[in-house]
Amino acid sequence: MLIGKKKEKDVEIPSASLADIVFLLLIFFLVTTSIDTEKGLDLVLPPPGNEEVKIPKKNITNLFINAAGQAMIDNEVVDVNQLSGIIKEKLFENPLLIVSLKTHKDSEYRVYVEVLDQLKKAGAKRISLADPDEE
Amino acid sequence: MQFKKKSKIKLAIPTASMPDIIFMLLIFFMVATVIRQYSGLKVKLPEAAKVQKLKVSKRHISTIWVDKNNNVVMDDIPVKNIKTLRNLAYQKLVADPQLIISIKADKLAKMSIINDVHQELRKANTLRVNYSALPGEF
Repeated sequence: MLIGKKKEKDVEIPSASLADIVFLLLIFFLVTTSIDTEKGLDLVLPPPGNEEVKIPKKNITNLFINAAGQAMIDNEVVDVNQLSGIIKEKLFENPLLIVSLKTHKDSEYRVYVEVLDQLKKAGAKRISLADPDEE
Repeated sequence: MQFKKKSKIKLAIPTASMPDIIFMLLIFFMVATVIRQYSGLKVKLPEAAKVQKLKVSKRHISTIWVDKNNNVVMDDIPVKNIKTLRNLAYQKLVADPQLIISIKADKLAKMSIINDVHQELRKANTLRVNYSALPGEF
């Protein structure tokens, strides 16, 4: 009888809430996982319109890229890899500096992205694209 | 005493198989859902060190592909004449004001075509762009 009494007791782990636990885990991982997010360089294009915004000349630095992939800043040809250092110095001197970027029509996109990358590295927030047909 | 006897009878709906049922449902919906995916053009993306993730979710992104042969495709619509890009971009912007244009251009693409794309996007007032790049070291 003693053995029989023991058998009558149901000892079970409640499994009804298992589904809830698993779903909580599932939803947690669904939310935290990012599936191949697109990565790239952000830029806001200058707004349309021809109205000239008056900016003091000392706040603008012109940056040109030619067809051979060379960069020129303030009439001085520099290596693309050194741009971030130069821009950083300029930004230190004048935090309001706007970098105006102009590219030759035959220059490669790769160089353009490299230059943008250098500007981002230097922390330049104010980047402007010059109209290509101005010349 | 009568109550006690009754309560000894255990009546329970078996719930152990509930996860199985729900997983079957989940798998059914996963298989049946079509995720929007554009095939685009074959491009070799440039590399950049300071790449950052796009801050908005994928549904606010339209993609423009530019390959090295100067073909332009926007969300699987071929753009034969670059001037039609303005209209396409404008319609997308009206449908979704949070639009961000992701530009996926080949690293050997010429800046003339990129500049044309810029000009059309500016005229369509879609000013937020993102140059897709692979994370690399410089």
